[in-house]
Amino acid sequence: MVIKIKEGEEKLVGVIGDEDTVTGMLLAGVGDNNAEKKARYGPNYFIATRDKHLDQLEEAFTRMTNRPDIVVVLITQGVANDIRHLIVDYDKTIPAVLEIPSKDIPYDANDDTVLCKVNIALGNGDVVRGKKKK
Amino acid sequence: MTLITFKTRLKGAQKGHSLLKKKADALVMRFRSILAVLKEAKEKMCDEMRAAHVALAYSKYHAGDAGVSFAVQECMKQQPLKTRIRSDNVAGVAIPIFQRGDLLSGNDTAGMGKGGEQIREARNKWQQTLANLVKAGSLQTQFVVLDAAIKITNRRVNALDKVVVPKIINTLAYINSELDELEREEFFRLKMIQKKKKNLAEEELRQDELARQAGVAEAPSMLETFGADEDIVA
Repeated sequence: MVIKIKEGEEKLVGVIGDEDTVTGMLLAGVGDNNAEKKARYGPNYFIATRDKHLDQLEEAFTRMTNRPDIVVVLITQGVANDIRHLIVDYDKTIPAVLEIPSKDIPYDANDDTVLCKVNIALGNGDVVRGKKKK
Repeated sequence: MTLITFKTRLKGAQKGHSLLKKKADALVMRFRSILAVLKEAKEKMCDEMRAAHVALAYSKYHAGDAGVSFAVQECMKQQPLKTRIRSDNVAGVAIPIFQRGDLLSGNDTAGMGKGGEQIREARNKWQQTLANLVKAGSLQTQFVVLDAAIKITNRRVNALDKVVVPKIINTLAYINSELDELEREEFFRLKMIQKKKKNLAEEELRQDELARQAGVAEAPSMLETFGADEDIVA
């Protein structure tokens, strides 16, 4: 898989999570206010409250991972578990999908797709959970 | 001539195999060094997130939701946090590395109003968390890229080692055996011809012997052999 990397190009960080996480991230400065980009791609954050439907989550995830100017997408584990099927099939290098714990859901290392692969590589993996990619 | 071609091919395949093996080793070395760091970074991330959430809750308590949302909106007005992608080269494989851009400069208006201190504190915590998350994301991408590259390289190394090289060695052995066979056949043929010639010579000798024994007079004189020649006065 060839990645086209233009050296030094500036990229954004995307966030999908519960309200507190997204608030904190926006406070840290993740939010993009560029009107043109917003019009083209939509905002680079998505608040997944309890009433959001699964397809809205899926749509937000697909939208953010298809953006050429986002380099990391941070997803809380709660949301990640809901769209696990998308994450397991996700095989692009950029943007990177990083699972973060949220306030109410403690971090479960067994669910994290990438850590599973790490464990398999280290040799102490749970082969059933991790999906081997060719 | 085909032999020479195949010998060259074998050398090429063996050289390629050793080069690819070196590449695979370099990749695996880099891979292992990332692995440990990545695991550690992810685990640290949990603690940091928790601390950051606590700081945020604290600031909400002090500044109220409105204060926090105001601060957030102020932050949104500024430039978002940008990451720069650099590409690193490991044994010919391009690996992306994310470099965090400049952090938001101190937003003074967030300090105004109730709980400004807490908000700033929360913001610092969150920025720190974000920086670590970007680092973790960078390591993750490197991990994924290296993983794929290692798989491909190992596949090629094994293919060369188990398929291409043995095949060429077999072909070379076959060619050599055929050449030997040809040589043997040639040798054998020569020997046959020699034997036949020897037999023929022996046969002639025997014939002469018989003829001589049968009648000496009948042995043809040289004069008769050459027939009537007017130059020779008999």
